[in-house]
Amino acid sequence: MSAISRDDVSHLAKLARIEIPETQLEHYAQQLDAILDAVAQVSAAPTEGVPAMSHPVPMTNVFRADVPAQSLTAPEALEGAPAVEDDRFRVPRILDEE
Amino acid sequence: MTEKVMPFEQAISKFDPVIGLEVHVELGTKTKMFCGCSTEFGAAPNTHVCPVCLGLPGALPALNEIGVESAIRIGLALNCQIASWCRFARKNYFYPDMPKNFQTSQYDEPICFEGFLDVEVETDEGRKTFRIEIERAHMEEDTGKNSHMGGATGRIHGADYSLVDYNRAGIPLIEIVTKPIEGVGKYAPEVAKAYVGALRDILRNLGVSDVKMEQGSLRCDVNLSLRHTPESELGTRSETKNVNSLRSVERAVRYEITRQAARLTDGQRVVQETRHWHEDTGVTTSGRSKSDAEDYRYFPEPDLLPIAPDSAWVEKLRSELPENPAVRRSRLAAEWGISDFDMQTLVNSDALDLVEASIAAGVDSAAARKWWTGELARLANEQEVELDQLAITHQHLVDIEQLISTGALNDKLARQAIEGVLAGEGSIAEVVAKRGLAVVSDDGPLLAAIDEALAADPSIAEKIQSGKLQAAGAVVGAVMKATRGQADAARVRELLFERLGVSE
Amino acid sequence: MSDLIILSAADLAHKLAEKEVSAVEVTEAHLARIDQVDPDVHAFLHVDRDGALASAKAIDDQRANGQTLPVLAGVPLGLKDILATKGLPTTCGSKILEGWKPPYDATVVTKLRNAGIIILGKTNMDEFAMGSSTEHSAYGPTRNPWDLSRIPGGSGGGSSACLAAFEAPLAIGTDTGGSIRQPASVTGTVGVKPTYGGVSRYGAVALASSLDQIGPCARTVLDTALLHSVIAGHDPMDSTSINAPVPDVIAAAKLGDIKGMTIGVVKEISGDGFQAGVKQRFDEAVALLEGLGANVVEVSCPNFPYALAAYYLILPSECSSNLAKFDGIRFGMRTGDDGNHSVEQVMSLTRAAGFGDEVIRRIILGTYALSAGYYDAYYGQAQKVRTLIAQDFAKAFAQVDVLISPTAPTTAFKIGEKLDDPLAMYLNDVATIPLNLAGLPGMSLPIGLAPEDGLPVGLQIMAPAMADDRLYNVGAALERALLSQWGAPLLNSAPELAGA
Repeated sequence: MSAISRDDVSHLAKLARIEIPETQLEHYAQQLDAILDAVAQVSAAPTEGVPAMSHPVPMTNVFRADVPAQSLTAPEALEGAPAVEDDRFRVPRILDEE
Repeated sequence: MTEKVMPFEQAISKFDPVIGLEVHVELGTKTKMFCGCSTEFGAAPNTHVCPVCLGLPGALPALNEIGVESAIRIGLALNCQIASWCRFARKNYFYPDMPKNFQTSQYDEPICFEGFLDVEVETDEGRKTFRIEIERAHMEEDTGKNSHMGGATGRIHGADYSLVDYNRAGIPLIEIVTKPIEGVGKYAPEVAKAYVGALRDILRNLGVSDVKMEQGSLRCDVNLSLRHTPESELGTRSETKNVNSLRSVERAVRYEITRQAARLTDGQRVVQETRHWHEDTGVTTSGRSKSDAEDYRYFPEPDLLPIAPDSAWVEKLRSELPENPAVRRSRLAAEWGISDFDMQTLVNSDALDLVEASIAAGVDSAAARKWWTGELARLANEQEVELDQLAITHQHLVDIEQLISTGALNDKLARQAIEGVLAGEGSIAEVVAKRGLAVVSDDGPLLAAIDEALAADPSIAEKIQSGKLQAAGAVVGAVMKATRGQADAARVRELLFERLGVSE
Repeated sequence: MSDLIILSAADLAHKLAEKEVSAVEVTEAHLARIDQVDPDVHAFLHVDRDGALASAKAIDDQRANGQTLPVLAGVPLGLKDILATKGLPTTCGSKILEGWKPPYDATVVTKLRNAGIIILGKTNMDEFAMGSSTEHSAYGPTRNPWDLSRIPGGSGGGSSACLAAFEAPLAIGTDTGGSIRQPASVTGTVGVKPTYGGVSRYGAVALASSLDQIGPCARTVLDTALLHSVIAGHDPMDSTSINAPVPDVIAAAKLGDIKGMTIGVVKEISGDGFQAGVKQRFDEAVALLEGLGANVVEVSCPNFPYALAAYYLILPSECSSNLAKFDGIRFGMRTGDDGNHSVEQVMSLTRAAGFGDEVIRRIILGTYALSAGYYDAYYGQAQKVRTLIAQDFAKAFAQVDVLISPTAPTTAFKIGEKLDDPLAMYLNDVATIPLNLAGLPGMSLPIGLAPEDGLPVGLQIMAPAMADDRLYNVGAALERALLSQWGAPLLNSAPELAGA
């Protein structure tokens, strides 16, 4: 009973932008399959009528005033960047228009 | 490769268009949605950034109170319901202008939903009102800006690499989405344009954004599909981006109708995709295939707490809403006794607010309209400034109209007084005194000038006496010139006819 | 003065305040210790020798000028490498952040500096806090000072090991599913996960945002309390941080009086099925607590068996999103930018090269659990189980003041023993996870050595939200009783360190 196939892993890796080599797809699929099997246990829990919990703290309406705060300088912002040009982050060519 | 199109009239006769409009508004808050970086336009690249909006590891968002308030106000102005409890959600996808590679947005819990906006469009049967239903308005954040380098056009295709500036990343956006707009038929382009125009007016009126489409603070995506009849199922839709003006909205809708009609008639399917509008060539071109769309894997944003606006807050905001612009225009037109057309003229000249304020200051309504759309508009144009930047106050107009009503000034002299004020010579009273502007009330000089004019051209007296009264205009003109505009034209005419023994 | 390194933070603080010793001397002693043992223990990824000595000197100068300094001024500390330190490398145990120096300090780091605490360096961890053994660090594992062939626990093995090796008396860790408590348990030290929201997360690289907490680690309950009160408190930069006064954990740690308290043993994680020696020590501790005047009862938390599964759905889901920012664009490693690859490819190659197996595994799992069509059954369902867990705790705390369990099912296992079996590794967290799901506070403190292997066993104390002080009260009572039983601190019997 295989919930995750190597094709699934390939598709997920693409969504997650991780270049997993062909040779490793099967291995990941097997490991993930075993893990999924174990975590699928949650379906047996008695959750009928139980709300989902997204935040453990029962707070709401936490706001910040619209008041300017200190920003980084451009050199500080760009310091750790792999590639910089013209005070901007240089990135390789983008294929897809967004 | 230009795609085939079918003439619009033909397309409309064969198909029923359904439109959907998604509008993104960039809010004019001082700081970004989730951090205290400035939102001021035009800063040097990457100077309005911090660990939060740069998406650095460890940074956390903190929600801008005015961002939430603006969202609620927009929803109220659009007759929406305001959620009593809602959350932010992460929309997960990768792109270089996305600092976190997810956008903090709202998914199935928008802060505003189920609203409407009525728009009016000129049809063959006269002005018709269409009620545009609004599905939702929700909060999200803007992305950084990519500059594509090395290609010929500055666009993505053919570029070698890109440079990213994150100043814009994190600026608050409100996304407003309509439900499918049906039953518009051949007026689809006009309805779309009217909706975006009306929406823009409301947003500007609320003061939440400067809504400049050309600058990107108001963005519109146009969705369009065709079906055979209004009873048929919805067809496949295309989404068109890069629609940067109201004119483009109308043109893009029109074009897509003609393009999709041609395809469907040829037996081809409409591709579900994102297209790019080109204002210069008036066509859309294919972009990304939307069916290949990312699975955004939305889940509630754990770093931000739920928003639960209490009804006291919402009602306070509702009570402080400015009047809906369209409603206000109708009300004022009725009060002033002017036609829709005249009202539209005021709006088009950006004079409406000024006229209203002048009237409130005590100027007669017709006079206020005359000044702001006439002489003052001319002067503003000449000086190359906006009408509301002209150095003429409502008090100036009150003073001028006062003097005109007592006969101390005529229209021509009034213009000279305005000129003097703009030249910095002082108040109306000071200019009138300094320049000696006064309507000549003594008949003596007028009669002298009349006689001179008649003597200069004897044929005029003959013409007038033989019944051609319009010849009097030349004399009046000459007298006005001789008196430097300080004569009362009506009195001159009176005296002239008396002189010549003619009655009007 | 090598004696300095075995002193508790409280004792060091006292000596510093009395000017019996200078901060520079204290720092140098600990730096020397690091030089001596860290080649074997590998608790530190980066030692900031110059920065530490400069800070120490500044403290000494201030004290010389007659300034009153905060209690812990001049006391050294090891900082888990998941916290942003301005100008100092912050790797999160990953290659993808090799060499990255943040342009800002985490709020906790600012608080530590304001308290005059001397940050000696950044401690080792499982990559991006994913693991229970520190074997998943891209920079090599940390070794348990009790037995260098064994794991020190994870993900915060570096912090706990540095304490157990006497390289520092204080450390900071983070806890998402037990990453402070479990290492404390297997190294014989104390570690606390505060109430969720009790300590600001601003500047702590996020793993699972709704589960992560930063917490104090030390060798004694009082030291832990002293550190806890430095780092806790509301922070406007962290929207999830609690805007309320910090519980008085120091007073509680000094009190240690549990007469009349009701303590609940959680039936589902009472030690049945755990390593025999672990269960034995736990049962002995229970008896001890009763002897101190507490009323110990059994309570059932029937949904706890689902906690592990829910956790290993929620964590990967949130981390798959949190780790998306590591793409080679703005900071960190970039691979494959040779002019031929698109940005999409460079992102993918960078992440494949920069992330280790366990991280990739969890990202893929999380991506799956959030996918269209699977969300309801996996992530959505897990969030509901979370509510059930919280309800179990609420019902239990209606009956008892605190809950207890063994912290971990086993003592420290051998390096390499569970590396090939992810599921077996996950089972280490079975007792610690429920607390994270509900956002409640917990402590692990040492209760003895397992007879079969002579390795430390920890006991976990759990309390209701914002009742962190109860942990310290019960912990202090138990610690005092055990100390009088043993005659000397447990760590004195650690093999490598005898006669330090």
